[in-house]
Amino acid sequence: MAGAIEGHVGEERRLRLLVGKVGLDGHDRGAKIIARALRDAGFEVIYTGLHQTPEMVVATAIQEDVDAVSLSILSGAHNYLFPRVLQLLQEKGAGDIAVFGGGIIPDEDIASLKQSGVKELFTPGATTESVVAWVRANIRPRPLD
Amino acid sequence: MGDARRPEDGRSTARSEWETGTLEGALGKSAERPVAFTTVSDLPIERLYTSDDLGPGWNEREKLGYPGEFPYTRGIHPTMYRGRLWTMRQFAGFGSAEDTNARFHYLLEHGQTGLSTAFDLPTLMGRDSDDSLARGEVGREGVAIDTLADMEILFRGIPLDRVSTSMTINAPAAVIFCMYLAVAEKQGVPFAQLEGTLQNDILKEYIAQKEWIYPPRPSMRIITDLMAFCACSVPKWNTISISGYHIREAGSTAVQELAFTLADGIAYVEAGIKAGLKVDDFAPRLSYFFNSHNDFFEEIAKMRAARRIWAHVMRERFGAVNPRSLMLRFHTQTAGCSLTAQQPLNNVARVTVQALAAVLGGTQSLHTDSFDEALALPTETAVTVALRTQQVLAEESGVTNTIDPLAGSYFVEALTDKIEREALTYIARIDDMGGMIEAIERGFPQKEIADASYHYQRQVDAGEKTIVGVNKYAIGDERKTDTLKIGDEVEQAQLARLAGVKARRDEARLRRGLAALAAAAARGDNVIPFMLECVRDYGTVQELSQALVPVFGTYREVSVL
Repeated sequence: MAGAIEGHVGEERRLRLLVGKVGLDGHDRGAKIIARALRDAGFEVIYTGLHQTPEMVVATAIQEDVDAVSLSILSGAHNYLFPRVLQLLQEKGAGDIAVFGGGIIPDEDIASLKQSGVKELFTPGATTESVVAWVRANIRPRPLD
Repeated sequence: MGDARRPEDGRSTARSEWETGTLEGALGKSAERPVAFTTVSDLPIERLYTSDDLGPGWNEREKLGYPGEFPYTRGIHPTMYRGRLWTMRQFAGFGSAEDTNARFHYLLEHGQTGLSTAFDLPTLMGRDSDDSLARGEVGREGVAIDTLADMEILFRGIPLDRVSTSMTINAPAAVIFCMYLAVAEKQGVPFAQLEGTLQNDILKEYIAQKEWIYPPRPSMRIITDLMAFCACSVPKWNTISISGYHIREAGSTAVQELAFTLADGIAYVEAGIKAGLKVDDFAPRLSYFFNSHNDFFEEIAKMRAARRIWAHVMRERFGAVNPRSLMLRFHTQTAGCSLTAQQPLNNVARVTVQALAAVLGGTQSLHTDSFDEALALPTETAVTVALRTQQVLAEESGVTNTIDPLAGSYFVEALTDKIEREALTYIARIDDMGGMIEAIERGFPQKEIADASYHYQRQVDAGEKTIVGVNKYAIGDERKTDTLKIGDEVEQAQLARLAGVKARRDEARLRRGLAALAAAAARGDNVIPFMLECVRDYGTVQELSQALVPVFGTYREVSVL
């Protein structure tokens, strides 16, 4: 262990990211592309698969010690699902896990979702590079217990 | 074609002379544009096509035939659009049953000739509006249907003997179909007069759209029950719309769309035959549903190849003799995934090109996407432009004057042949795995599509494939487009209606019906009459679907990245 800790001095461990699909929405093309792009960029990626509840996503995020949760929502249920995941993370004492995401989300909803704590939202036309660059610039490894 | 041929490769001497003379001279002065000349699916396209590209064995009689004749490459009808235009069928559904009913009336008044119903996600997944997983999704992407009471409102004032109705529903398709039958009963319309299409294509759900309840094999059993019931009682109903649309939207290439969809079709025919049905009794009621994407000639070639492959498969593999079993009839929708949120009016141009490809590909019906669909469900203005686009093609452009106008184009025929060959290669691989169900269980089509989709996105990100207004010709701050908003009140109203129906119905009678349904499933009896009985008693989509879970089980996907 000591050696491992020493090895960390001055450098950060690899980011662990959860890519999730919540609700009944089966549009997983975007989520899979993002998961692959993040993995190819060198991050550790956990993809939840489809039809997760907010509770399931939050449980996985905590169990897997991820640094951020990203949700892809194309069903129009974003105004319910994002706040619900944020709320559950808070309740479980994991409010420091960043939440970001993407999908078909109107501008006015983006503003209110960001106010409620979503760090960033990517909409159709965003490149995988822009998502990777944003993650590099904005997500930091959480301190491990 | 009286050209002299080179003995070494059979190519025309004149073409070689052009290449070494005129062409090389021109290339020496100025090179071609430094881009990859490929289709949107990455098929390489040659500089020029001549009769050389059709190969020495190419035979017009065998490859094309005549319209309305085997192998139907030139179209399934002898007169095509000179006889009857394609059906302009705009997919609609949002909010409550009342909202969608109003949109139906609006579309019928504006010259639309068939209805097409979009259901919300909970309905598509066999969940009621009051299920916890439905929270936030009731009435968002389509209309919420829980019981027959909703269906009665959805078709209020629409005589079911005078419209044809398409219903885009899969996992709980049989339940929704029974609700439609029950509405017909209440209108006094005999089942035999009902016309329409149920999507009911569960295989592409496991491959692409991901809306399922049971595992593949019991799902196939419900489908063969429905085919048997309709062959006997609802003879004009199209029982399955075998859909490539969603496979393409999930990111497949054109060839994959064609191959996986036809392989699904083969699986349904095999299942019907295995269930004891005669191929010519149910195959005429199978229809197809394809995507029309941006690459104009690739789409036309795909649709022409589809007809030819299916005709051969049905005749040679399944021994069908009824010409209607051999004809691949299809609906087309323009590619939702090609629409951009940026500069949304550009989508009108994309949709026009895609719709024209579908028409030149010989489609039987067409949905044109609205320009604002990358932002939200379409507004009435956007829907009207989309419908008008079809009307301009049909009545102003002149493309309907003659049948299959691109036949004999060296390029179109060579591309049709190439797409046919590549699709047949995929189908052979799937056959080698034991068929489509086995291929799905192995994740084969899922993986092929995920790879193609990732490859395309990388090309877009690298600027190797252009998306106008997104990775080229983008503008910074754009003017806002008005979009349709669905309020939370839809969910609240739907929950109230469902509670009311549940309070009023004969609960004991329904419970007996649901038990009888499960027993019929376990015995191996046709489940459709039992479902119809439960629906008449105002059983919900979820109650009927869940009644079969103890017998059929549920499906969980192994995710393929």
